[in-house]
Amino acid sequence: MVTEALFLSVMIFIIGTLGVIIRRNAIIMFLCVELQLNAVNLAFVALSRHAGIEGQLFVFFVMTVAAAEAAVGLAIIISIFRHYETVITDNISFLRW
Amino acid sequence: MVRSIMDSLPNWEPFYPGLVIMAPFLGFMFNGMLSLYINRPGIKTTSQDISRSKKISSVIGPGSILVSFVVVAINGLRMFVVEHPSALVKSYWTWIETSNFVVEAAIQVDSLSLVMMTVITGVGFLIHIFSMSYMENEKGYARYFAYLNLFVFFMLVLVMGSSYPIMFVGWEGVGLCSYLLIGYWFEDEEKASAGKKAFIVNRIGDLGFLLGIFLLYGALGAVDYQTLAASASKTFVYGGGWVTLITLFFLLAGVGKSAQIPLFVWLPDAMAGPTPVSALIHAATMVTAGIYLIVRSSILYSLAPLSSAIVAGIGVCTAFFAATIACKQYDIKKVLAYSTISQLGYMFLGVGVGAYTAGVFHLVTHAFFKALLFLGAGAVIHSMHHALHKVHSGDDPQDMRNMGGLRKFMPITCVLMWVATLAISGVWPFSGFFSKDEIIWMTGSLAMAESSPFPLLYKLYWSMALLTALLTAFYMTRFMVMTFHGKNRTTEGTQPEIIEAPKLMLLPLMVLGFLSLFGGWINVTPDLMKSAVGGFGFLPMTDWLHHWLEPVISESVAIQLDNVGELGHQSPAGGGEVSWALISTTAAICIVTTTIYRMSKNEVRSVGSKSNDGKISQLLYNKWYVDELYDQWIVRPLWRISHFCWKKFDQGLIDRAVNFSGRIAKGIGWFGSLFHTGQVNTYAFFLTLGLLAALIMVMS
Amino acid sequence: MNELMFFVFASMAIGGALGVVLAPSPVASLLFMVVSLGSTAGIYVLLEAHFLAAIQIIVYAGAIMVLFLFVIMLLNLGHDYKKDIRGGLAVLLGFIVTGSIGGLLAKQLMVDNDALIEFSGSSINVDAEIAEKGIIGVIAEPLFNEYLVAFEFTGVLLFVAIVGALVLAKKVD
Repeated sequence: MVTEALFLSVMIFIIGTLGVIIRRNAIIMFLCVELQLNAVNLAFVALSRHAGIEGQLFVFFVMTVAAAEAAVGLAIIISIFRHYETVITDNISFLRW
Repeated sequence: MVRSIMDSLPNWEPFYPGLVIMAPFLGFMFNGMLSLYINRPGIKTTSQDISRSKKISSVIGPGSILVSFVVVAINGLRMFVVEHPSALVKSYWTWIETSNFVVEAAIQVDSLSLVMMTVITGVGFLIHIFSMSYMENEKGYARYFAYLNLFVFFMLVLVMGSSYPIMFVGWEGVGLCSYLLIGYWFEDEEKASAGKKAFIVNRIGDLGFLLGIFLLYGALGAVDYQTLAASASKTFVYGGGWVTLITLFFLLAGVGKSAQIPLFVWLPDAMAGPTPVSALIHAATMVTAGIYLIVRSSILYSLAPLSSAIVAGIGVCTAFFAATIACKQYDIKKVLAYSTISQLGYMFLGVGVGAYTAGVFHLVTHAFFKALLFLGAGAVIHSMHHALHKVHSGDDPQDMRNMGGLRKFMPITCVLMWVATLAISGVWPFSGFFSKDEIIWMTGSLAMAESSPFPLLYKLYWSMALLTALLTAFYMTRFMVMTFHGKNRTTEGTQPEIIEAPKLMLLPLMVLGFLSLFGGWINVTPDLMKSAVGGFGFLPMTDWLHHWLEPVISESVAIQLDNVGELGHQSPAGGGEVSWALISTTAAICIVTTTIYRMSKNEVRSVGSKSNDGKISQLLYNKWYVDELYDQWIVRPLWRISHFCWKKFDQGLIDRAVNFSGRIAKGIGWFGSLFHTGQVNTYAFFLTLGLLAALIMVMS
Repeated sequence: MNELMFFVFASMAIGGALGVVLAPSPVASLLFMVVSLGSTAGIYVLLEAHFLAAIQIIVYAGAIMVLFLFVIMLLNLGHDYKKDIRGGLAVLLGFIVTGSIGGLLAKQLMVDNDALIEFSGSSINVDAEIAEKGIIGVIAEPLFNEYLVAFEFTGVLLFVAIVGALVLAKKVD
C-alpha cells in the first residue's frame, strides 16, 4: 500500500507542477500549488506508516501553514486585481527586461 | 669590453665648468615660469605687468649667457697658459648602467670643445643683447628668452658632452629649440609649418646618428671620446667596412643638422623665425653641430678615406648648388640662408679633406660674419617694418626690390655689413679670406699628395670650390648693392621713417664687425705670414689655432699623412700657397668691383614686374624645384601609403573587429533577455528545471 | 478489498488533479480540486490516519477551497472567462520536464522495494500506539508535549496571516 501511495503522490505532484507551468490564471496557478502540497502530504502520511507518528504530525502543520499561505496569497491576488483589473499572468509581466 | 675612463684630471685647473651649462638652464627655467605666469588663464595682465616682466627677462636672459661666457673665458685663459692642455672629463652621475654598456652624464672640456663653447656663449650673448631691442614689442618676450636660453643650454650639452649619447641629447634638444623658435609666431600657419619641416627633416639625420652610435658600440664596446681616442686606431682597419659605415651614418646626421644636400630644404624655410634666431641657430651654432660631430670623430674619418671623400663631395656640391640659388633670390633673409648652406658646404669640404683645423677655423669666422650679416639684415628689416607700418603699406619689408639706397639712412649698419660681405667674399685682410683660402688650399694639397686616394676627384672639388668662391663674391655684392646703394625704391613717405638701428642693436654689430675684420688673424700659416699676405711679418698674425687644436686632432692628421704621403706644395694648377692666396683675393676684389659697376648701370626690377628671365634664371629663382620634387616623389607617396593603411587596415580591419566583438556582446545580452519574460509561469518553469537538474545530480 | 478501494480513490484523485489543470472554467477547476482532496482523504483513512482524513475534509476541502471560491466570486471570474491554458511550446516543454521528474522519481521508487519496508522500524509500534492511546490521542500527545512550541507558533502564524490578509485586501480609499 505504501509504495502505491507513494507512486500516487509522485503523479499528483507532477500534475500539479504541470499546472503551474501551463495555466495563465493566477488563482488556478495557486490552486495547483495546493495540489502539490496535497501530494506531499500524502507522501508523508504514507511513509509515517513505517517511520513513526511524526509524519502525521508534520502533515498537521503543513495543512495549517497552507491555510495561512492561502489566505495571504489570495489577498495579494485581490490587491493585484484591484490595480490591474486582471489576474491573467500574461498581463502582469512588468518585471521583464 | 672597454669601460669608459671617468674623471680624467687635466694639467690645468678648471673653474666650475658645470656652471657653464647650468646658467642657461636656470635662465630657461626662470624665463619659462615667468612666461607661464604672465599668461596664466583667467588673468588680465596690465601693460605695467608686461613691461615689468620684460625688464626681468632682459636681465635674466642675456645675464645667464654672460655668466656662461665669463666662466668659459676663465677656463679658457687657464687652459691658454698651459703648453698642451689636456682634456677635463668630469662625470656628474651615471646615466645608463648595464653590465656591458655604461654611459656617464659627464662633460669633457678640451681645446676643441672650448673653441665651440666660446663661440656659442660669446656670439650667443651678443645676439641676446640684440634681441632685447629687436623683440621689445613682442608679447611673448619672456617665452622668447626662455627658448633662447634653452637652446644655448642644449647646444652647450652638445659640445661639452663626453660621449656620443650625451651629444645626442644636445643634438635632439637643439632640434627641439629650433622648432620652437622657428615657429615662435605660431599663430601664422606658414611659420608653424616651417618649424615642423625643420624638425622632421632633422629627424632623418638623427636616425643616422643613432645607427652610427650603435655600430660604434658594436665595434668598440664603448661610445665615449676618451675610449675612442685610445683604441680607435687599434680596433679599426684603414678603409675597412666598419669605419666606413659608422662615418657614413654620422655623415647622414651632419647632413640633416647642417643642411647639406639632400636635407637642406628646412633652412630656407626656417627664415620664418625671428631674425636673431636665424643668426644664432641657423648661422652660428646649431648648423655647425654637424661639423663638430665630424671633427670629434676625426679619427674615424681619417681611417675611412672613402667616407671623407664623400663628405668633401657633398660639401662642395652643396656649396656650389646653394651659391647658384642665392644669385637669384630677392628676399634678404633667403639670400643669407642659402649663403649659410653654401658656407657650411665649405666647412664640410674642409673636414672632408682632413683639414680639421681649417674646418673649425671657417666655422668660427663664419659665425662672426654670418651673425653680423643676419643681425644687420635684422636691423634693416626692423627699420623697414617700422617705416612701412607707419605709412600703412602692405609691401614686404624683406624684399630687396623694395629697398635701395638705404646707405643714407643707416650708414653705420651699411659699413658694418660691408665688412661682413668682404669677409665672406674672401677679401684680404678680412677673416673669411684666411679661412676659406686655407680650405681651398688643403683641398688642392690633398689632390696633389703623394698617394692621394682620389686625385682626380679632389681636383674637381678644388675647381668647384674656387668657382663657388667667385659666385659668393658676386651674390653677396649684389645683395649689398640692392639693399644699400642705388636709387631708393621704398614706398612714398617712408624715407623719413627709416632710421638707423638703436644703440642696443648696433653694439653687437660693432663687436662682430671687429671680429670679422681681425678674427682671421689667429690662424695664418707661417708661409703666408712671411709673405705679402701677412704683411711681411709686421701684422700681428699668429698660427695659434693650429697648435691649440693639436691635442684633439693630431692623431687623425698623423693617420692621414701615413696613408696619403706628404701633401702637395703646389695647387693642381701650379703655383704655391702664397701665389694662390694672392690670386684668390684679387679675383674676389675684381668680382666685387665689377658687380658694383654693372649693377649701377642697370635698373633693379620692382616687385611684380613681368620678368623676361631666361630658363636658368627661372630655375635658380625657384631653387631648382627641389621642394616640389621632394613633395611629388617622397611626400605624396608616403601620404598615400598612410592613407591606405588608415582606410584599409585601421578602419577596415581593426575597427571592424572591435565593433564585431561589441556586437557579439550585444547578441549574448539579447539572448539572455529572452528569459526575462516577467511572467510567473516562465519562472516556475525554470524552477522546475532546476529541480530536475538537482534530482539528476543526486540520483545519478 | 483495501486494494480495490485504494484503486478507486487513486483514480478519483488523479482524475481530479487532471481536471484542475485542464478545466477551462475556474470554478470547474476548483470543484475538481475538491474531488481530488476528498479522495486523498479517503486514502488517508486506508492508511490508518483517520484524524488527518477528517482534518483534510474539514480544513482543506471545506475551508480553504471555499476561500478560493469566495475569491473567484469576488473577482467575478466565474463567467465570461477566456481560455487561459497555454498552448504549444509551453505545454511541450512542461510535459518534458515534469515527465522527466516523474520518471526519475518513479524509477527510484521501483528500485528497491524491500529497503522501504526494512527502513520501517516502528510499523508495529504505530499500530500498538493507536491501540493504546486511541486515534486522536496518538497525534495529540506528541503535539502537546514535545511539539508544543511549534503548535503555539502555528497559532501566531495564523494570527499574522489574518492581519496580513486584512491589510492587503483592504479597500483603499
